[in-house]
Amino acid sequence: MLEHVTVLELHGVSKVYKTGTFGRGSTLAVDDVSFAVRPGEVVSLIGESGSGKSTIGRMILRLTNVTDGSIDYEGNDIALVGGRALKGYYRSVQGVFQDPFSSYNPIFKADRVFRLIRSEYFADVSATDWRQRIDASLHAVSLNPRDVLGKYPHQLSGGQLQRLLIARALLLDIKILVADEVISMLDASTRIDVLNLLGELKQRGLGILLITHDLALGNYISDSAVILRQGRVVERGTTAKVFDNPLHPYTQELLASVPRLDAKWSDETVSDLPDVASDVGVGALVEVEDDHFVASVAGASS
Amino acid sequence: MSLTVDDLRVYYRTLRGDCHALDGVSFAVADGEIMGLAGESGCGKTTLGKSLIRLDGRMRYVDGSVALDGEDLPLRDDRAMNDFRFRKVSIVPQYSMSALNPIRKIGKMTSELLESRGIDATDLRPELERRLKLVGLKTDVLGMYPIELSGGMKQRVVLVISTLLDPSLLIADEITSALDVSSQRAVSKMLVEFRDRGFVKSAIMITHDLAVLYQVADTILVMYAGKLAEKAPAETIIHSPRHPYTRLLLSSLPEVGARYETTRLAGIPGRPPSLIEPPTGCRFRDRCPLASAKCAEEPPFVDVAPGHQVACWNT
Repeated sequence: MLEHVTVLELHGVSKVYKTGTFGRGSTLAVDDVSFAVRPGEVVSLIGESGSGKSTIGRMILRLTNVTDGSIDYEGNDIALVGGRALKGYYRSVQGVFQDPFSSYNPIFKADRVFRLIRSEYFADVSATDWRQRIDASLHAVSLNPRDVLGKYPHQLSGGQLQRLLIARALLLDIKILVADEVISMLDASTRIDVLNLLGELKQRGLGILLITHDLALGNYISDSAVILRQGRVVERGTTAKVFDNPLHPYTQELLASVPRLDAKWSDETVSDLPDVASDVGVGALVEVEDDHFVASVAGASS
Repeated sequence: MSLTVDDLRVYYRTLRGDCHALDGVSFAVADGEIMGLAGESGCGKTTLGKSLIRLDGRMRYVDGSVALDGEDLPLRDDRAMNDFRFRKVSIVPQYSMSALNPIRKIGKMTSELLESRGIDATDLRPELERRLKLVGLKTDVLGMYPIELSGGMKQRVVLVISTLLDPSLLIADEITSALDVSSQRAVSKMLVEFRDRGFVKSAIMITHDLAVLYQVADTILVMYAGKLAEKAPAETIIHSPRHPYTRLLLSSLPEVGARYETTRLAGIPGRPPSLIEPPTGCRFRDRCPLASAKCAEEPPFVDVAPGHQVACWNT
């Protein structure tokens, strides 16, 4: 593994949220998470609700602070980036979120997102040049400029809006895209197109962090997978190894629960189903084979 | 025959004209059948589910009839439907988890609900507790507020409450969509178990997720743009679908095992037509790879095999 090509690295990142009246209680949302995103790689961050996956995405985008540990972008701790340099960071790292409809202001035309990028980052670019860049960027996300420019958000479909947001991110010369549940609001017929688009962007050298709860989609597109449970990494490694040979009981249980079209669920009754949310302890990560790490199960050896 | 729907048409009133959300659908659900209702957003599947229990202010009953256990459902008469709601037809609506009253404990809310229907809640209490245990919940939940339960637990509570009077038909609208995979499996299995135990005679499970339907449904009905596209046993729909829309929809689903590098999947190009002044003929024809001149004429929803109906000229 070439260390110097790593773009984004998380080192023992933790996040504590203050809860309760006057913030007296606290919740450990993310606990000692480490992984890296390299150029031309899709890393899927898979977890159930409350596993801390979105918190990790928000920390990478600096929308929320890191409590402990560090997130390094090209070797520099992003917590220390500020002012002008922060703008430079956002030139390279951008996010797209779950609900495309709420990312737009409904009273403005959808392409206003491009105008905002221009006034913020490319004030010196000429109008014709800018127009060409938008066309190129729309072309990259397989949108026809005539179909989407000058339209209001309600006139476009969820898939089109989501692709517009990705096109917006591409206008900046980004290296890392944080895609937080970008496909869960889309219909099956358009969802795969957005996933394929992520695949094409990856081939162009973009590093993508795909945050998802959907194991089948994570498996389809990603090169490596990180399985989270209650803020801790239970298993991570090359996608094929994690999915074909899941070693942690939690990963196994998750995979067994995925509804498939080629096999039916086993026949336990509802009351027999194990409560995966509470049973298994998560210990330290152990490398069981090349690039496949599994957390030890509390009270047992893996 | 538990439920028969004949040429049901329900439109939404909008400023630009009627939206033909449900445009002449006819099908039947047998006793003991769990019918899955699938389709993309805006295809009319939720409208169909809601029409069978209550038409809200924006919905306009246009035509058609619905019979449950041989009795006509008075769809257009909101008041007369009250005799059927909860007792004969029950619904678990979309986002039902957030429909629980946040300032009432679950037990109190349930008794208030039963009493509002003129039923003595204390009589049903032992049965309520038995069913909660059956789905793996402690009876303590009755003394809890909804906020104290997880999403999966809330969904189980809602399912238990809505089937407490053993309805003939349960409409389950997207009951698994907001849940994590493990709760998704538990809630889906619960629906099957309730049917097996006779708590519900038959059910319509509405979801966009064909993989979940394959796990629980006996038959699957696929809708497209307010019309029926195909209905068949679940096995047939998944493994040998006849309608081009069903085929394309299935081919766009990533299986566990499918990988971007090896098996590139494709979506369905285009968008469904507007349902305000919908096009004539087959509504899928603009996106259909098999479309021919014949498709300008509307295809009838006909039997192609026993228990397998398709609305397509090119099957």
